[in-house]
Amino acid sequence: MTFTLILEQTFNGLQAGVTLFLVAAGLTLILGIMDFVFLAHGSQVMIGAYAAAAITLATGNFYLGVLLAIPVTFASGYLLEYLIIRHLYRRDHMEQVLATFGLILFFNEAIRVSFGPAALFSDLPPSLSGFVEILPATPYPAYRLGVIVVGLLCAVGIHLLVSRTRIGAMVRAGANNPEMTAALGINIKILFRFIFATGACLAGVAGMMLGPLTAVQPGMGEPLLILSLVVIIIGGIGSVRGAFVAAIIVGLVDTLGRVFLPAILRLFVEQATADGAGPALASMLVYILMAVVLIFRPTGLFPAKG
Amino acid sequence: MKRFITVCAISAAMTAGTAFAETVKVGYMTTLSGGAGIIGKQMQNAVNLAMEHKGGKLGGMDAEIIFADDQRKPDVAKQLANRLMKSDRVDVVAGVIWSNLLMAIHKPVTRNGTLLISSNAGPSPIAGAQCNKNFVSMSWQNDQTPEGMGKHMQDAGIKSVYLMAPNYQAGKDMLAGFKRYYKGTIKGEVYTKLGQSDFQAELSALRAAGAQATMIFQPGGMGINFVKQWKQAGMDSVSKLYTVFSVDGVSLPALKDAAIGILGTQTWSPDLDNAINKKFVGDYKAKFGAYPSFYAAQAYDTILAIDHAIAKSGSKDTAKMRSILAAGNIPTTRGNLKMNTNQFPIQNIYLREAVKDADGVVTTKVTGTVFTDHADSYASQCKF
Repeated sequence: MTFTLILEQTFNGLQAGVTLFLVAAGLTLILGIMDFVFLAHGSQVMIGAYAAAAITLATGNFYLGVLLAIPVTFASGYLLEYLIIRHLYRRDHMEQVLATFGLILFFNEAIRVSFGPAALFSDLPPSLSGFVEILPATPYPAYRLGVIVVGLLCAVGIHLLVSRTRIGAMVRAGANNPEMTAALGINIKILFRFIFATGACLAGVAGMMLGPLTAVQPGMGEPLLILSLVVIIIGGIGSVRGAFVAAIIVGLVDTLGRVFLPAILRLFVEQATADGAGPALASMLVYILMAVVLIFRPTGLFPAKG
Repeated sequence: MKRFITVCAISAAMTAGTAFAETVKVGYMTTLSGGAGIIGKQMQNAVNLAMEHKGGKLGGMDAEIIFADDQRKPDVAKQLANRLMKSDRVDVVAGVIWSNLLMAIHKPVTRNGTLLISSNAGPSPIAGAQCNKNFVSMSWQNDQTPEGMGKHMQDAGIKSVYLMAPNYQAGKDMLAGFKRYYKGTIKGEVYTKLGQSDFQAELSALRAAGAQATMIFQPGGMGINFVKQWKQAGMDSVSKLYTVFSVDGVSLPALKDAAIGILGTQTWSPDLDNAINKKFVGDYKAKFGAYPSFYAAQAYDTILAIDHAIAKSGSKDTAKMRSILAAGNIPTTRGNLKMNTNQFPIQNIYLREAVKDADGVVTTKVTGTVFTDHADSYASQCKF
């Protein structure tokens, strides 16, 4: 367990964390500000990945694929809100859960019908398939480093958007008191639609970046959805800053736990027991973390309201 | 599910008119929805192709296939098995991809006196202590394929190996089978999360472990993720990759060139040189536009086995069909298949490599035979 290995794993954890943040950022706003339970956010990840992979396959250019996929995911979020979601705001949470769960099934089936059930081919662009030396003799994949950079840039962008712009002020006002915000002459419906589409777009970007790394297949976003719900609960519902901190913590805990926990357990119990219990315990770690946060800070680390 | 109901309705209408002609009914259970739906789809294609090749008849009898989607859930599989037996009154229940699902339906089906034929799953309890004479495998026992990999790597003189498999029963069976024949140093044995999509952390640890070779079992989408990330991390210069059930007709279309040169063991390959396999692979490619996977080949073999059993015994009676299958010599895409006393096949284990065919499509090619007529390790524990 050398220093370089720990450093490398920290980068891996960061990369998982920023990807998670992109999914959680939109979701925390939808849940916190719009008070809407949206389970189909994972489908936005899938739509982003498919859009980028399909355009990349058609044009042969990865960058063009991503560039064109961004407006596609924004448009899909916009249309989804306009056609379906806005009719559900007044319903209770259980009905929202049912409706958006139905949307997951719909999107998975729609993708299966249009692209087939098999995973889509997608690979790294040659210009990003090399390695960068993060320390002498410690190569790290350039693409994954790129994912970290893009994720951090998005985080800075969202932070500036929320804290420094007029739209951000409206979003914050809407989060605190939607009725009063509407009474002050702000079109809360359009604001919600904008938040929703932006959230969908961010999740889509996560999907586009994951595409070359993982299998682009129906239902690919669902594991991310569960983890991003954990992130939102730890960070505080509705808080973008909380989502960022929590996403990085969850990414690091999950990655470092998976790799080092079995090795640490081996110091205390015999090998066979450690090999069995290690992975099981590692996959529980983030949920244990969530439970601990809920006990001591029931509203999350950075509560958005109050 | 809609398809299931439609088929049921049609079958009800058909049986009403032909009350006196004997019809054999086969309930074919596989996973048609969810992430693993691609596997089930290939199996369904293969079953339909087999029925087409047999002119819609099995052993000369009018035949009807009822497909059931188990959704990869044991409880759903159990309900479907009951429905197939009680309301559809099928003569054979066949298919089943997953070991945990087969375990769930094994007792209810075999105790009902219905013939159960596996097209894929081969968990060790069913091959050993919990075996039942009404169960026949047309695939393999879980341990057989990794045993071949273990033997190959032992014979190749590989000094150290790093093992990785998902953390569930089949993953543990696979590594146990591997270790039965590989006697070198095991530098690490890592169990990943079932359904894991990012292996970068494990690859970093693997790089630090410095094993001469790496052996993985990561079926379906996990295999695509693992191999992609392996290549992207430049792991080929660190360790040599060997696989079981990870680089196949399901993952190759998504991996393409990234898979070339990777070795695996398998009981079947698209290029196996026999008349049945050539016809199957040729017609499958012509009809569905892609290479079949081993799942498809085993599904095809299952239908051939039922056809063989009825043709030889002249009956759809469970005991009679079973005794024909138990005698072995079943014509399949793997040649004439022998049967062990626990009714699991005794078969060759081939070493196969991912290569480009004449049209530039990535497929697998047999490069050697690791075991000839390899029997499973559990038959001695099986007493009917």
